Formats: sequence, structure tokens, C-alpha cells
Amino acid sequence: MREFFESLGLMAQRAVDTTGQMVIMLAQSIYYVFVPPYKFRNVFKQMEFVGVRSLFVVILTGSFTGMVLAMQSYDALKRFGAESLVGPTVALSMARELGPVLTALMVTGRAGSAMATELGTMRVTEQIDALYTMGVNPVKHLISPRIIAGVSMMPLLSIVTDFVGVLGGYFVGVKLLGINPGVYIGRTVDYVNIDDIMYGLTKSFFFGIIIALVASFEGFHTKGGAEGVGRAATNAVVMGCVLILVTDYILTSLMF
Amino acid sequence: MIEIRNLKKSFNGKTVLDGVDLSIGKGKITVIIGRSGEGKSVLIKHIIGLLRPDSGSILLDGKDITKMKASEFIRVLERFGMLFQGAALFDSMTVAENVGFPLREHTNLSNEEIRDIVTEKLRRVGLVGVDDVMPADLSGGMKKRVGLARAIVMDPEIVLFDEPTTGLDPIMGDSIAALMLDTQKALETTYIVITHDIQLTYKIADIVAMLHEGRIIEKGTVEEMKKNPNPILRQFLEGRAEGPIKVF
Repeated sequence: MREFFESLGLMAQRAVDTTGQMVIMLAQSIYYVFVPPYKFRNVFKQMEFVGVRSLFVVILTGSFTGMVLAMQSYDALKRFGAESLVGPTVALSMARELGPVLTALMVTGRAGSAMATELGTMRVTEQIDALYTMGVNPVKHLISPRIIAGVSMMPLLSIVTDFVGVLGGYFVGVKLLGINPGVYIGRTVDYVNIDDIMYGLTKSFFFGIIIALVASFEGFHTKGGAEGVGRAATNAVVMGCVLILVTDYILTSLMF
Repeated sequence: MIEIRNLKKSFNGKTVLDGVDLSIGKGKITVIIGRSGEGKSVLIKHIIGLLRPDSGSILLDGKDITKMKASEFIRVLERFGMLFQGAALFDSMTVAENVGFPLREHTNLSNEEIRDIVTEKLRRVGLVGVDDVMPADLSGGMKKRVGLARAIVMDPEIVLFDEPTTGLDPIMGDSIAALMLDTQKALETTYIVITHDIQLTYKIADIVAMLHEGRIIEKGTVEEMKKNPNPILRQFLEGRAEGPIKVF
């Protein structure tokens, strides 16, 4: 019995410890963004990695999600004769919820795992130590650019997801299910506000921080060779995804 | 120049350094020998500030570097270079970018000037025409050479070497030893080397110190160490499994 509580306490202690260290790392990396010298090259490289290279997978996810949404909501809405609301249903779901969340989950899987692997490898091959011995702050050099890339690219990727989702919905709704195109577009414009889109982008902003921070943290604190690097990548994805979904709920309830 | 006093460090209750005392002379090659896992790497990481001791001090020109603030220590780091065991080259950069990295970070030199210095340092370690190769395409010995070029690119006063010949064939090991002597003579740099390679030790050391069970147990020139009757030292230098150090 005592052991049970001891291990429970240890787990709680570790969770608090990790959270604290993460917050410190975030604070440091934000601080160093504003300390010269500015390394734009590193930042652009990370932006390209997180943003541009995620485009394909994000477009694929977004368009199919929009298409499925249109099909499902058509089926449901037809039962009480409201097929004309398929457009707004797809657009609102994409903008407020699915755009940001799906994008975040895909980027975590693609970029988050790669970030953790890269930093973890740098850790176990002493490249991070080498940076330090050359008088270069590893947080400024490695973490800050990744955080900037996360917070700047996630909202942009979300917009792309929203857009292709709506296009996918239009394609299925109008071309396949025969909804009148004027009605489809008109209703969408009627019901969707800029607020709905901004609301989704706010979420994306926070998701961007989470993805970059969790992946950087896991990679940066890798221990134990190749196995440790693998563990860091897994943790980055699992912890990233869980945190994204939890944060999504919290943000949704706050902004409702 | 460097004075280590009663340095202690333990990890999770396991004592690794148990009161290390060692003074390291300026312009000399000091080789710290000892078995694997005796804390040689831990010691060297204390000297360059990657680890902080539990107690004790490391004086550099009379100033305790273990108690410096990070901002102050950055200045001290400019006097150091380090060659890591696996060379620790940045694998996202070419050879030339690796060697030029400290220059780009800490000086205002133009790209051409950096290029010239890099070529010169690479030539000094016997590498020509590999500037644009990625580290992943280099052999172990070449990586070590690039690492050495990067460690000396800022002309540091003190260079630390973590197992410079481990993982190399004897011939490549010998050529690294020759390079170390060559680069050290040229600038009268202070070299601190940790290794368990006895051949390398005999070849390059001005002073040899043996780390055993967390302390420096013997120290002297190569000749003195060869004559030293300490059974632990004898066993290590002669590479025998039988003796006071128990393998199992």
C-alpha cells in the first residue's frame, strides 16, 4: 500500500518537475529570440521544415476531411430537409475545430517527431555539448528558431487546411450530391464569420507552441543512445498529441 | 595554469570523482589516463563547465571557474577548444561550415576571411578538398581531424581531447598523435588529453596523471611513470588482467 502511494507521489513529482522545466525552457527560448545576434537563417530553415514540407500532408488531410464531412452531414441534414446547410456545417467544423486540430496532429507526427529525433541525436553525439563549449547557447541556437517556426507556421497551415477542406466539401456537396452551388456558397457565407476563423487560428497558435516545445524538450533531454532517441521521438508525438487535445478542450471552453 | 582542487562529484549516490587534485601546466600536454568508466570524461567536462562539481574548485589563472556566472563563463570558453570522442561534428553542416562555425559565431570576419582560415586549418590537419563534404560521408579518422581543426580554429589557449584515438586503427591513431604534437608546438597551446591509449600517452605526454577510483593516484613525466613501482599503475600501463585492479 505504501509503495503504491510512493510511486503515485513520485509520478506526480515527476510531472510537476517536467512541466516546470518545460515552462523554463519556453521562457528562455522566447527571451533569446530578442537577444542579438539574430540568426535568421536558422529560423527560415525551421519554418521551411515545419511549414512548407508539411503542406502536402496537410492538404491531403484537409481535403479528405472536408469531403467526408460533407457526405456525413448531408446524410444527417437530409433527414429533416436541411441539405442546404451542408456548406456552413463543413466550413464551421473546419474553421473552428478540425482545421487547427487535424493540422496540429499531422504536424506533430511529421515535424514533431523529426525535431525530437534530430535534437536527440545531437544530444547523444555530443553536438549540443559542442555548441556549448564553443560559447553558443544551445537554447538560443536550437530551440528558439523551432518555437518561432511552430507559432508562425501552424496558423498558416491551418488556413490551408480550412481552405482545402471547404473546397473538398464543395466538391462532394455540389458535384457529387447535387446541392445547388449558389445555395452552398451563399449559406456558407451567411453563417461563417471571420470570428470563427480567428477562433481557429488562435488555437493553432497555441498548438504551434506545444508541438515545438514538447519536441524540443524531449529531444534536448534525450539520454541513452539510439534507444533514447527513439523514446524521445515517441514521447514527442504521444505527449504532443495528448497536450493538443487537452488544450483544445480548454481553449474551446474558454472561448465558447 | 589550471588548478583542480579536491573536486568531488557523484551521480545518483554513486561517487565518480572523490577529491581530484591536479595542476596542469601552461603550454604542456597533460595526459590523464585511467580505465573506462573511472570518470575521465566527467573530469574533463568539469574543466569546460559542462558539469558542475558537488564540491571543490577549478582555478583558471587563479579564478574559480566553477562558481562563475554563465555570462562570465562565456568569456572563459573562448579560451578553450574541445575535440569530442565522436568528433561531435554538426551533421547538418559541411566540413567547412563546421570548422568555420566558431568564427561565424564569435567574430565579424567576412566570408572570404573565414574561408581562408578554414582552409588553412584543414590543411594543417592534412585535409585538402573536403570542404564541401558532409560529415556523414567522412571516415572516423577524418572526422577526428575535422574536429581537431574546429577545436583549434579560434587559436585557443587550452584544448581538451576526449579519447582522441578511440575507434581508430593504430596507423590513423599515430597520425592523430603526430598532428596533436604538431599543432601544439606551433602555438604552445595547453593540451589536456584523456585516454586509455598507452601508446598515445607515451608519444605525446609531457605530464601523465592516472585517475583511479575518483582520485589522481600518480603523476609525473613519461619516464617517471615508466619507473614508478605503484602496482595499480604498473598493471594499467602493462595492460594486464591480473593485479590489484579487479576486472570482475
